[in-house]
Amino acid sequence: MTKITYKDNLGATKTIEVENGLSIMEGAIQNDIPGIDADCGGSMACATCHVYVEEKWLNILPKAEEAEVDMIDMAYEPKKNSRLSCQLIVSDELEGLIVTTPPKQS
Amino acid sequence: MKKTDTIIIGAGPVGLFAVHQLGIKGLKSIVIDNLDKAGGQCIELYPDKPIYDIPAVPECTGEELTDKLLEQIKPFKTDFFLNERVEEVKQDKENWIVKTNNNNEFLAPNIIIAGGVGSFEPRKLAIKEAEKFEEKSLFYAVKDKEKFKNKNISIFGGGDSALDWALELSKFSKINLIHRRDEFRGAPHTLSEIKKLEKEGKIYIKTPCQLDSIEGKDKIDSITIKFDDGKTEKIKTDVILSFFGLIMKLGPIAEWGLNMNKKTIEVNAENFETNKKGIFAAGDICSYPGKLKLILSGFHEVALASVECFKRARPNEKYRFEFTTSSKTIQGRLGKK
Repeated sequence: MTKITYKDNLGATKTIEVENGLSIMEGAIQNDIPGIDADCGGSMACATCHVYVEEKWLNILPKAEEAEVDMIDMAYEPKKNSRLSCQLIVSDELEGLIVTTPPKQS
Repeated sequence: MKKTDTIIIGAGPVGLFAVHQLGIKGLKSIVIDNLDKAGGQCIELYPDKPIYDIPAVPECTGEELTDKLLEQIKPFKTDFFLNERVEEVKQDKENWIVKTNNNNEFLAPNIIIAGGVGSFEPRKLAIKEAEKFEEKSLFYAVKDKEKFKNKNISIFGGGDSALDWALELSKFSKINLIHRRDEFRGAPHTLSEIKKLEKEGKIYIKTPCQLDSIEGKDKIDSITIKFDDGKTEKIKTDVILSFFGLIMKLGPIAEWGLNMNKKTIEVNAENFETNKKGIFAAGDICSYPGKLKLILSGFHEVALASVECFKRARPNEKYRFEFTTSSKTIQGRLGKK
């Protein structure tokens, strides 16, 4: 179990213990965290699980593969620290990770 | 009004296989889909990506799967109503009447909703001013390219649609191609063409930047883009074309009085009927305990739903379970002798 914090665009936070091996997206869906839609179910095909990752975590997370970066082009208001939460797999190293959801997903 | 045995909403893999399962039972169906072709997510989101979990098919792409399914249902000569979205569903005694945005009306005792996550619609620009220019000087698709002659066109996006239209429209208009990062995603040939036209001064590439504002009253006069380093630039623009792919919207399905669970429709796992008699849901859009959003689960779901559809469409006939290997009736329906 790893503590992940989901922050909405207004700053309200919820910290959840997510099982290692699940994605940040699955952690959100299973715990009814609003702001992550995940329409395609995690197949990197829709960009509706888009989150902003705190800068300091960007280097710790495995780099986004090309298909993910291509998909982020489609996301709502992408930024430098944008990731698709379906591609971020929870592990001990991510203890304390904070992700922020955009104002909307589409 | 067109009468049929079952109205299938959604031409994805599950909707297509529903045609088959109904067809071998001797039931007619029609298929409605908002996209311009059959295949659903398989064709729209991952036509080239291999799928590895279709039973007995070790590997196939979304497009191959769609083609095979279309081939499999060919004997049933089903009518497809593409580019159409179902707007209204209402009850008429034992039947259902379905109306589309193209003013087509269908009557049937059964509806199978195999709508995935809803209908595909273009992803719209996020900024507020965008809406009032939509379909006037801001477009999410090019229907008639004659309208885009001798204009200052700003194209947003970094994928195939953005690149292909930049190339095509640069023949007779000034193009700004605007993208949030330096890399574009397109065929190598297209990319080298774009570079060539940039050198010739026919296409202006602006990266890495995003749309900041649109100026203009009734029509667009200019746009302002903001680069990653904070600098802004005002660009004279008559037309904006925006290509940020498609999103899936549940749309009117939510208003048909079905029991919903978030964006999915609750069904029983015996025949995949919803809380309304004669309305079934299958594939990604249905939910029941243990539901998996897999294509193969959808195939199973429509197989069972088709049995209940038969009972409702042929109340005076007895349903007989038959195998395709041994039933002469089924083989006849498939055009085999």
